[in-house]
Amino acid sequence: MNASSSSLQEAALTPALDSDAADRALASTMRRQRFQDFIFHKVTLGFALLVLLMLAGIIGSLIIGAMPAFREFGASFLTTVEWDPVNDRYGALIAIAGTLITSFIALLVAFPVSFGIALFLTEICPTWLKRPLGTAVELLAGVPSIIYGMWGLFVFAPFFADHVQPALKGTLGQVPVIGQLFSGPAMGIGMLTAGFILAIMIIPFIASVMRDVFDVVPAVLKESAYALGCTRWEVVRKVVLPYTRIGVVGGVMLGLGRALGETMAITFVIGNAHKLSWSLFSAGNSIASTLANEFAEADTPLHVSSLFALGLILFVITFIVLAAAKLMLLRMQKKEGSK
Amino acid sequence: MMDGQKNPVYRRRLLAHRIGITLSVLAMAFGIFFLLWILATLIIKGFGAISPAMFMESTPAPGSDGGGLINAIVGSLLMVGIATGVSTPIGILAGIYLAEYGEESRIAQLTRFVTDIMLSAPSIVIGLFIYSIYVAHIKHFSGWAGSFAIALIAIPVVVRTTDNMLNLVPGSLREAAFALGAPRWKVATMIRLRAVKAGVVTGVLLAVARIAGETAPLLFTALNNQFFSTNMNAPMANLPVVIYQFAMSPYDNWRSLAWGGALLITFSVLGLNILSRILSRQKTQS
Repeated sequence: MNASSSSLQEAALTPALDSDAADRALASTMRRQRFQDFIFHKVTLGFALLVLLMLAGIIGSLIIGAMPAFREFGASFLTTVEWDPVNDRYGALIAIAGTLITSFIALLVAFPVSFGIALFLTEICPTWLKRPLGTAVELLAGVPSIIYGMWGLFVFAPFFADHVQPALKGTLGQVPVIGQLFSGPAMGIGMLTAGFILAIMIIPFIASVMRDVFDVVPAVLKESAYALGCTRWEVVRKVVLPYTRIGVVGGVMLGLGRALGETMAITFVIGNAHKLSWSLFSAGNSIASTLANEFAEADTPLHVSSLFALGLILFVITFIVLAAAKLMLLRMQKKEGSK
Repeated sequence: MMDGQKNPVYRRRLLAHRIGITLSVLAMAFGIFFLLWILATLIIKGFGAISPAMFMESTPAPGSDGGGLINAIVGSLLMVGIATGVSTPIGILAGIYLAEYGEESRIAQLTRFVTDIMLSAPSIVIGLFIYSIYVAHIKHFSGWAGSFAIALIAIPVVVRTTDNMLNLVPGSLREAAFALGAPRWKVATMIRLRAVKAGVVTGVLLAVARIAGETAPLLFTALNNQFFSTNMNAPMANLPVVIYQFAMSPYDNWRSLAWGGALLITFSVLGLNILSRILSRQKTQS
């Protein structure tokens, strides 16, 4: 009797107890989960901030490393031609000029070719060929830069010296004023070769950005133009290109950013000579190739610091170019959103 | 129709169209031509160098015959492996923050902006950075330094793909999980991340492909080592730097080894690229 009544009592009490316990359990689970969420939020935030910290660290360490050189040479470091490790005097002009000239040549070659490739992939190519050709272009981007360098030095440079350079000398070299650019012995290596190989390296980057922005053009716009009787070329010139202008320029700037910082391909073929000449056939040097060649062997503190200063200049230039590219592409993306 | 073809305006337009299309096809052919030229060069010059000895012996001393690349292959594998191990969790967690918590907030926008710039930043500058914060203090080149340098290059790749992939997950999937009472960290990792596992793996593979061929940041971090070594605290041989030094050398067997190494590294990198494309394609089809 007693036992049964107590068990009854228990039975009557348990639901209350249970829901109480359940409430408590729920509350503690919620507390635990909120705490876990809090930790998770902050941990992932920390890692995201790590990326920002990386950038700050790179800039900071370059500035610290470059300070002695700038203190010694001041702003004239940027405009001094001389780079003389023997007498411990350094100026950045040759390396800066080499970097800018090779990148400019690269853009001159890469822009029309990338435009053609992007156009082909978006407007002309039959669907079944799109994927294999798109993959091929992306593989070109995947080839490590040192391979471009080796191929450039051992295969392309001899070919260039035997066939392309004499032809350039015979044609453009005869024109007054710009003829100077194509004079001198055809050695194969030099600024022009470096610029050309850079062009091949950045073509896939520019082409894939352009392809993406071309895809953004609303089909309605293109179809309207076709309906008015435009040829495909006219649709590209008068609809696609005006619509994507910012994106196209952004893609080119992105390619330029890549070209400026490229190291190994240039180091193989530029000739690594600290001199400045009017001829694009002559050997030169770029910031990145100077770093690759001299940093591990630099022994005076001023030499090391001057190389850091070169690195800082390179980083600042590429940062500005890449930031501009990014901003333009962001504006293009907004357009995509509002379509 | 006959009228149209005789019309000079129409003929001029047609001519412009044909020239434009022809140039575009030529541009495509130009790109493919150089890809094939480079690959053919590698196969012709590199295939002869590939032999069992290449995988058995270490790099030869100056002037001595034979030799292989095993020290460089092992060194590269070690450094790339460590760099991947370091950069994958960092990149994925940062990517989760951007997609899950950051969304359009200012800090997330800034992080995305910086990540995109780091993706294309000159890799040799990353080498300088690691040199100044690590190598200059321990006063010798080391495998660790090389690993860290290439890890820094891999992180932005992983961050960006993770962020992009997570944003592809349909909101309804997340909301369903939330409705069941799942906490946010579980939704982020066990629902959202799991839904795009293949995409994230693609990102990691692309990052590995990117860093496997990087030479510039290793020049003054890991440097090189003529002997077989798995000591991460000492200078460490690695394929890219060995290829660089051997290709520039006057010895025939060194140059031949450089071509063999170049073939090996290019086809591994391109293989990874293709593998990652196949993975991401399967993902988009399912």
